[in-house]
Amino acid sequence: MIEISHLTKKFDSFTAVDDLSFTVKEGEVLGFLGPNGAGKSTTMKVITGFLSPSSGKVSVDGHDIAEDPIAVKSLIGYLPEGAPSYPDMTTLDFLNFVAEIRGFTGEEKQRRIDKVIDDVELRSVCHKTIDTLSKGFKRRVGLAQAILHDPKVLILDEPTDGLDPNQKHHVRNLIRNLAKDKIVIISTHILEEVSAVCSRAIIIAGGRILADGTPKELESRSNYHGAVSITLSEDFDLRAALADDADVRDIEQVDEQAHRYILLPVSGKQLFAKVSEKSQNGHWPVTEFHLVEGLLEDYFRHVTQDSALVSAVQSKADTSSTTVQQG
Amino acid sequence: MNNMYFIFKRELASYFTTPLAYVFIVIFLVMSGIFTFDMGAFYERGQADLSPFFGFHPWLYLFMIPAIAMGLWADERKTGTIELLMTLPVKLSDMVLGKYLAAWVLCGVALGLTVPIWFTVNYLGDPDNGVIFAAYLGSWLMAGGFLAIGSCMSAMTRNSIIAFIMTVAICFVFVACGTEIVLNAFAWAPQFLVDAIAGLSFLTHFDSISKGVLDIRDILFFIVFIASWLFASAIVIEIKKAN
Repeated sequence: MIEISHLTKKFDSFTAVDDLSFTVKEGEVLGFLGPNGAGKSTTMKVITGFLSPSSGKVSVDGHDIAEDPIAVKSLIGYLPEGAPSYPDMTTLDFLNFVAEIRGFTGEEKQRRIDKVIDDVELRSVCHKTIDTLSKGFKRRVGLAQAILHDPKVLILDEPTDGLDPNQKHHVRNLIRNLAKDKIVIISTHILEEVSAVCSRAIIIAGGRILADGTPKELESRSNYHGAVSITLSEDFDLRAALADDADVRDIEQVDEQAHRYILLPVSGKQLFAKVSEKSQNGHWPVTEFHLVEGLLEDYFRHVTQDSALVSAVQSKADTSSTTVQQG
Repeated sequence: MNNMYFIFKRELASYFTTPLAYVFIVIFLVMSGIFTFDMGAFYERGQADLSPFFGFHPWLYLFMIPAIAMGLWADERKTGTIELLMTLPVKLSDMVLGKYLAAWVLCGVALGLTVPIWFTVNYLGDPDNGVIFAAYLGSWLMAGGFLAIGSCMSAMTRNSIIAFIMTVAICFVFVACGTEIVLNAFAWAPQFLVDAIAGLSFLTHFDSISKGVLDIRDILFFIVFIASWLFASAIVIEIKKAN
């Protein structure tokens, strides 16, 4: 279990992480969402023991990171942002180095390196220097290094950044397979990734938690939750046809040429059955009709850009702080 | 302790997988050849010793050692591998020592490859081999002193060129404060101050070792000097790692 309580990290006058508290349990795959400079990476750097917190406590499996950093570091597998590795080493030498540092020797070391090379599909680049590898391979070398010791806690800072769609798919599968009875924290700004991999998502901005829940829950908070998408074959005055319907909050025309509309419900109301019936009774020229799942992206934008909400969260805390966007 | 060895091994191997080690060794050998035979008038002196060879070492190291040391930490910061390294279960002291020792061993290898010059004097005459051995030891210790400064300077910046220049500047101070010119400039000062300044210089301690006087105080000077700068390196890394 990872317990983070009242974690604050300041760089001079800039507060990157501001009184953050949450816990993550075994089996959870936590997605860390937030705009650039939200404090995602900084939080990860503190958990992994690279940065020491300005105040607050972080403990992993009962070990306090400030008191027993070595114990915490041996529990964690970490892929830093940008997947840094030694450019002049070959993939195999690099993994060998990490395995030795992690305390493996002899056959055990060999077995682990072999396994991780197969898991991350690095066989073809074993003897190439990391310098010469493509971005995707470099990222996978970083991932291999992080999972080599089968860590209890896996912290991945933007694990799929710079990968092609096939590689992304592969890495997501890998993370899903690894996740059993582990704690996985990944940061990303690819929101589909959160729906695909994570069992829980935390949205942070300005170093504070703005939302915390399962991806489904967060989606359901989106404006688009329960909305209906409808495509018509010809001009038809949809607004007039639905003018008397109190459950329809708004009608958005998504595509003018294709006559595609999205009907937004008044919150808590269901539109699908009702509109379906209406369209049949009124003989609307419908070519396509489906339910829109909540959009995480929409909710994300809503939460992180809504300055009123951000300031509401901030005023809850007693310390005033400047939120500057960090590059 | 094991981890220190793994870091040491990785560092040393990386010197030899890049051209760095070879370039360093070749230039070191060529330069010491030029200094000894040409500028040092090795043959013309007609004496069976290596003092022209060792006499130039402080000045040779002044530019050669910072070139080795500059990448020690600056490169880690530049490539971001410092984050990787410092989130592995390794103590900071193991990292500092492992990296330092790898660079020091590289200096030792370069120095060791000058041994033919030692054979040469033995072939030509009948030198005091004890003195030469002591001078080799002193030279290696002095290289360690330069390196320790370089380690600390390298930790201060992510730009290895800046690390190089700062290291040269500080090393120059520690060499120059033992020269006649500097000490004469302090002629007005009380004797203990002049002695203290001279006592801080590599030259003072290296000269006495290379004359064959293995005084424990001279050896201790280098050991304490190295330890202090490495300790400072660790502090600087801890403070600056996030930038």
